[in-house]
Amino acid sequence: MLAAGGEGLLPPGARDPAAVRTALAEHGYLADDGLATACYLALRLHRPLFLEGEAGVGKTELAKTLAALLDAPLIRLQCYEGIDAAQALYDWDFPRQLLHLRAAEAAGVHDVDRLEAQLYDRRFLIARPLLAALETTPSVLLVDEVDRADDEFEAFLLEVLSDFSVSVPELGTLRATTPPVVVVTSNRTREVHDALKRRCYYYWLEHPSFEREVAIVRLRLPAATQRLAEEVTAAVQAMRGLDLLKPPGVAETLDWTEALVALGAGQLDVEIATATLGAVLKYREDHERVRALDVGRLVADAVSGGG
Amino acid sequence: MSAGSSLTPFPVAAEVAEAVHDRIEGALDATTTLVGFARTLRAAGVAATQPQLLALIAALDALDPRRRANVYWAGRLTLCADHEELLRYDRAFDAYFGAAPVPRPSPVPAVPLRRPTVSAASSADDADQPDQVDPTSPTVATAASRAEVLRHRDVAELSAADLAELHRILAAFPVAGEPRPSRRWRPAHNGPIDAAGTMRELLRRGGEPARLRRRTHPKRPRRVVLLLDVSGSMSPYAEALLRFAHAAARRGRGRTEVFTIGTRLTRVSPCLMLRDPGAALAAVSAAVPDWSGGTRLGELVKEFLDRWGQRSLARGAVVVVLSDGWECGDPALLAEQTARLRRLAHRLVWVNPLKARPGYAPLAAGMAAALPHVDDFVEGHSLAALERLAAVVAGQRSHG
Repeated sequence: MLAAGGEGLLPPGARDPAAVRTALAEHGYLADDGLATACYLALRLHRPLFLEGEAGVGKTELAKTLAALLDAPLIRLQCYEGIDAAQALYDWDFPRQLLHLRAAEAAGVHDVDRLEAQLYDRRFLIARPLLAALETTPSVLLVDEVDRADDEFEAFLLEVLSDFSVSVPELGTLRATTPPVVVVTSNRTREVHDALKRRCYYYWLEHPSFEREVAIVRLRLPAATQRLAEEVTAAVQAMRGLDLLKPPGVAETLDWTEALVALGAGQLDVEIATATLGAVLKYREDHERVRALDVGRLVADAVSGGG
Repeated sequence: MSAGSSLTPFPVAAEVAEAVHDRIEGALDATTTLVGFARTLRAAGVAATQPQLLALIAALDALDPRRRANVYWAGRLTLCADHEELLRYDRAFDAYFGAAPVPRPSPVPAVPLRRPTVSAASSADDADQPDQVDPTSPTVATAASRAEVLRHRDVAELSAADLAELHRILAAFPVAGEPRPSRRWRPAHNGPIDAAGTMRELLRRGGEPARLRRRTHPKRPRRVVLLLDVSGSMSPYAEALLRFAHAAARRGRGRTEVFTIGTRLTRVSPCLMLRDPGAALAAVSAAVPDWSGGTRLGELVKEFLDRWGQRSLARGAVVVVLSDGWECGDPALLAEQTARLRRLAHRLVWVNPLKARPGYAPLAAGMAAALPHVDDFVEGHSLAALERLAAVVAGQRSHG
C-alpha cells in the first residue's frame, strides 16, 4: 500500500526531523523541534496530525506550508455544526444522471441493467473533500476546526482516517493508493473524542516565544524593519497577558505589522498604535480595556523591552 | 575468520546469526523499555493504549532512538491525546528516563492534583434502576403516592429513605434542552421540496413523473450547560442537584456540559457520562477539589466564559446556574459576567433553592447583582421544583 516505500511522502533529501524543519522554514514556517518531528513522522508513516491550540497560532498555516513543501494540492474540509457525509465525502450528481437517462431514452436504449450500471458510474459521483483527497496523490487534506462539527461526524471521520478508504454502496470501495497527509485542527472549543486523537499524532501548539515570533514577522513581512517587528511583537505579547476576551494570535501580529508597514511606520508609537488597534483586537471590550490601561504605556514598555 | 569464507560458509552464517540475535535482543530491550514507560504513564493517569504504544514503536523505528529528544517527542506525539495529559507525560518521562533536560516548548500549565474529600455521594444505592413492574400491582400505587408526597418537600429536610426514593426518581429524570431546528435535512411529509430526493425517485421510475419528495429540518435539542455551585451554603442541595445534572448529562449524550463552581471551576461532564449515578457521583467528588468552600461566582463565571463559553459552549445554549448567589468576590464583576453570559446564551436560567423559603428576597449581593440579567429565576429545592426546572430548560416558559 505504501507506494513510496519506507520514506513515505517525505520530500527528497529530508532524512530526519531537522531536515523537515529546514524545509518548512524555507517555505516560510518556523517550527520547533516537536512540531518538526510530528511533521516528519506524519509524512513518513502516514498517520494524521492533530493540532490543537488557541486560534491564530498557525495550525491552518502549517497545512498550507506542508502542501507547498510537497508541491501537492491542499484539500480543505471546513467543519461546521451539522456537517454530514454528503458534504464531506461524496454525493451523486442527480441532474446529470437524469440528463443521461433522458438522452439514453431518446436514443432508444432499453437495456435497463446496462443503463443502471452507466448511471452509477464514477463520473456521476461528485467527490467532496475527503474522497477528493483519497483520490489525489500526493495531497494534503486539511480537516479544519473539527471541534465545530458534532460528535457523529468525528466517528465518521475516524472511520475514514483509519483505513483511508470509502465505500460507496453502488460502486464498491474506493481506496487511496498512497494516503494523503492529513492535518486535523481544533481550537478546543469542545473536547474532541479521545479515539480520534489517539489515532493521530497529537501536538499542542503554543504562542511562539518572543524571538521566534519576531523571526516569523521578519520572514513573512520582509518590508518591516527589525525594530518595528520587535516592538509590535512585544506589544502583542504584552496584550496576551492582559486577560482579553480574544487574545491576539500570530495572525494578528502579522496583520498589525502589515498595517503599520502600509502606513509607512518604521517604529511603533502611541498615535499610530491607537489608530491601528483594530488590526489586533476584535472586541469592543478589549479595545476599552487596552485603552484604559493606557496604550501609551504598553507601547513604551514594548519599545523599551523590544528595542 | 573471513579468510577462506568462500570455502567454508559456516562462520559467515554464524556471524549473521549473531547480528540477528543482537538486533532481536536490542529490539526486545527497546520494546520492553517502552512497555514499561507506557505502564508508568498509565499509573500517572495518561491512557496510553495499546494501539498508541504500537504507534510509538513505529515512530521510533523511523527516528534515531538514541537521541533523547526523539524519544521524548515520539512518545508525546503518540501517547498523549489531550492538553491535560501533557504535564503528566512530562513528569512520567522525567521519572522513567531520568530528568536530563530535553528542550521543551514551554512549561505546560500545572494541573492541580485531585483531592477526593467529600463524599456524600456514595455508591451505596447504585443500580437501583426503576424496575419494570406490573402497573396494576399495589406497590406501584404506594410508590406513586409516596412520590407525590415527596414532590413538594424540601430536599434539605428529607429522611434517608425519602432521599433514596428521590434519587431513584432523579435517575430517570427527563431533562433535555429546548428544541431548535438543526441544519440537517430529513425526508418529511411537508416542507420544502427535496430536489435530490425527487430526482432519485424519478430515476428509480426511469424518468416517469413521480410524487414530489419533501424535506425539513428536524428538531434538535439545544445544548444545556449547567453551572453548579458546590460551596458550603449549597451543600444540602448539592447531591440532589448533581443527580439532576447526571440525568441531564446522560440524556444529552455529549451535548450537555456540567461544571462545578466554588473556589475553582471544574468540568465534570466526563465523570457524569458514567451510566450508574452512584459511580458518576463518586467520580465527580473525586474530581472536584473545592467542595463546601466559598464561592467566587463572578470570577468563575468569567473563567467559564473565557475558557469554554465564549468560544462555543455557551453560544445558543440553555445555560443554567444553580446557586444561592452568595458571592465572596465583587458583585459588580458577577453582574458584568452574567450580562456577558446572557448575550451569548439562548436562555439564562438561575436556580436558587432558597427562593422557596418563606420571606425570601434576593438580598445576597451576588444574587441581586445577577438577577437583572437572568431570563428565568426558578426554585430548585424539591422534586416538583426540579420538574419545573426541566420544563423551563425544555423551553416551556415559567411564570415568575
